[in-house]
Amino acid sequence: MNIAANNSLVFSEEQGMILDTAREFCRDKSAISAVRALLASDHGFDETVWQQMVELGWLGLAIPEEFGGSGLGIGATVPLAESMGRYLLSTPFFSTTLAAQLLARAGTSQQQAHWLPLLATGTRASLALLDGEDWGAPAFTATAEASAGQLKLSGEKWYVQDAGVADVLLVGVSLDGENRVVLVEKEQLTPDALQPHTLIDETKRAGRICLDGVTVPATALLVPESTASGLRDVALIGALLVAAESTGATAACLDTIVDYLKTRKQFGKLIGSYQALKHPTVDVLCAMDDARSFIYHAATLVGDGALDEDAEIACRMAKAQATDALEFAGDRAVQFHGGMGFTYECDAQLYIRRAQWARPQFGDAYHHRKRLAGLLLD
Amino acid sequence: MATEQETKEFRAQAAAWMADNKPADPGFLLPQTFMEVGSDQQLDFLREWQHKLWSGGYLGLAWPEQYGGGGMEPVFQQIADAEMRKAAVPIAFNVIGLGWAGPLILDIGTAEEKEKYIKGILSAEDIWCQGFSEPDHGSDLGNAQCRAVRDGDEYVVNGTKIWTTMGNYARYMILLARTNPEAERKYDGLSFFLSPMDVAGVDPRPIRKVTGEYGFTETFFTDARIPASCIMGEEGQGWKIAMQTLQYERGAEAGAAGGLMQVRVVIDDVIDDLRGIQRDGAPILEDPVIRDQLVQMIMEGKAQSLGNRRAAIPALNTDYPGSLPLSNKIRTTEYQRRMRQLAVATQGGHGSMYVGDEKAVSGGFWQRAYFNNFSTTIGGGTSQIQANIVGEHVLGLPKS
Repeated sequence: MNIAANNSLVFSEEQGMILDTAREFCRDKSAISAVRALLASDHGFDETVWQQMVELGWLGLAIPEEFGGSGLGIGATVPLAESMGRYLLSTPFFSTTLAAQLLARAGTSQQQAHWLPLLATGTRASLALLDGEDWGAPAFTATAEASAGQLKLSGEKWYVQDAGVADVLLVGVSLDGENRVVLVEKEQLTPDALQPHTLIDETKRAGRICLDGVTVPATALLVPESTASGLRDVALIGALLVAAESTGATAACLDTIVDYLKTRKQFGKLIGSYQALKHPTVDVLCAMDDARSFIYHAATLVGDGALDEDAEIACRMAKAQATDALEFAGDRAVQFHGGMGFTYECDAQLYIRRAQWARPQFGDAYHHRKRLAGLLLD
Repeated sequence: MATEQETKEFRAQAAAWMADNKPADPGFLLPQTFMEVGSDQQLDFLREWQHKLWSGGYLGLAWPEQYGGGGMEPVFQQIADAEMRKAAVPIAFNVIGLGWAGPLILDIGTAEEKEKYIKGILSAEDIWCQGFSEPDHGSDLGNAQCRAVRDGDEYVVNGTKIWTTMGNYARYMILLARTNPEAERKYDGLSFFLSPMDVAGVDPRPIRKVTGEYGFTETFFTDARIPASCIMGEEGQGWKIAMQTLQYERGAEAGAAGGLMQVRVVIDDVIDDLRGIQRDGAPILEDPVIRDQLVQMIMEGKAQSLGNRRAAIPALNTDYPGSLPLSNKIRTTEYQRRMRQLAVATQGGHGSMYVGDEKAVSGGFWQRAYFNNFSTTIGGGTSQIQANIVGEHVLGLPKS
């Protein structure tokens, strides 16, 4: 096959060790009871666990060594993301890691020197890119207006993940008709700028940020020439990390289905012996297997430099496959648990809700397949 | 060990040979797999090609020189195969001989058997078929009922085999027959024969397939007398030998002589064939729905290739370790079915044309490829049985 012919998939011993550590850590820190205990909390995560992750060096894993990280590249965070997804462990890891990626790719040297060492050691950041629900929107509608060495912002940003705990935001704005990113510190926001979203996935936190009345110095602007490719790369990397997290969640959801099919009896037989349940469960397994192959393929191809076309194809396929797989798994998990599945108490709800969150993040499967069509068919 | 220089030179030499010797389009339809040889015309063409491939030095490279092989390392056959694929030459059609019977004879056969059979397998002089499945015992091979009764220097065979590929052209059959119906374990009553087809009482009747073509026979044995010397090993070892035979499928590395088993069937060609097709007054490749379908199919194919890579990395297969290998059959064959079906479905009006219509897309290649693919989703354990196997042996679900 010549279309999308790059099938490289390499997994180093180092990544294997990261995966082992991550899986063990997430299992210990994020039992289902712990996940449930955080559902109604303000910020959705346990500060102690976050600090432990920082101490393990996870926040610096993909940050270049010169800025206090380990310089292992963003691909090295895929095993972390998969493990977090598997145990539904939510923290500001994703928001901070992605913001660090954008800074590393498009920040000025001063911004990088100041912020990357902080982000590697527990300061929290987030991306504020969307102006509404459209993850595929080509241009920012929030604006920045330059005057006297200042940038005056206006507009509103949606889906700012972990907005309530972020120390710094990277905000997408239109400046003189061009897509630009500015760095906004928490203190620079107006007091009532944050309006939390009510999310279907209660393990996640995100909010709307109102930019009206916010002014930042002109030095808050990221490097204009690097912004377009930085935004493109971070959107793809974001898609990959959501894909990895979703793959882990799919694996856990599959375990939940399998456990029930092996213990629940109806008509005198274990329900897993019925092919009407058994065969779709095999379909979930196969969908999860494909997702896992795609995420580690993409992890192999993404580097610190601008993502090439093979990496783009890999990230898009990973996202399209992984969130479709999770949606299917979550949907079947509710159905196969019967009446129990219809309850809030049943863990199936956690996965079907996660699926609704993960689907649109960094573009849904339709979005990515549409772009893949352009890459593969034209 | 072959040096890099040697393999590089051999690759160049093989590529040049394929380019020089690839036969011209014969003007009639060629089989897409070895299971579709349905006419003398096709048979003669493929026989000539395989002979040429062998005498040119590109088949049986890893088989011993004294029996007609190349006496080389398997890597050379793998290179030759890769170049055959690249050049899209016809198949090496004597697959049961090249892939199953040959390696088996080389591994456990007597010197006499090697002398007698191997060269004919490579040269395509002797076509081989396989007599394992029976009409009432498809997936349940261990229960085969075809009888072989010792009578002096002969065995007398009675029974029926089915899905005998090229049964009507074969000179020899690897035959699994029951020599002892009283054996305590059903498996211990089976014996394995290198059985001649040109004896009285062997009647291969061609089966017409869903494609309208032939390629298989149902093979009837009525008091057929075969020499007792054609038994392999001893009575009662048939099951073990049959199971060993099934191990050779994995290509040159596992002992097969090499050569292509089927023509190239890939999504790239589906897409190329759609370039001339219109839908609603515009090129079909501009239709967003069709584009989405094609992308999904490309992804499904790519996932299989990536899965093969990932299967070799234990750290990425910890939760259900047997998952990728055990689901391989259902995934690959069902993917092919869906891909070929899509190839036909996207042809618009052309989709209802068949082989023989001069306006059919690629001569009806995809229609035929789609129908023929059912041999893979049914043969060797249906997809439904495979799903049970994966559910029970990988996920640990209770038996159905």
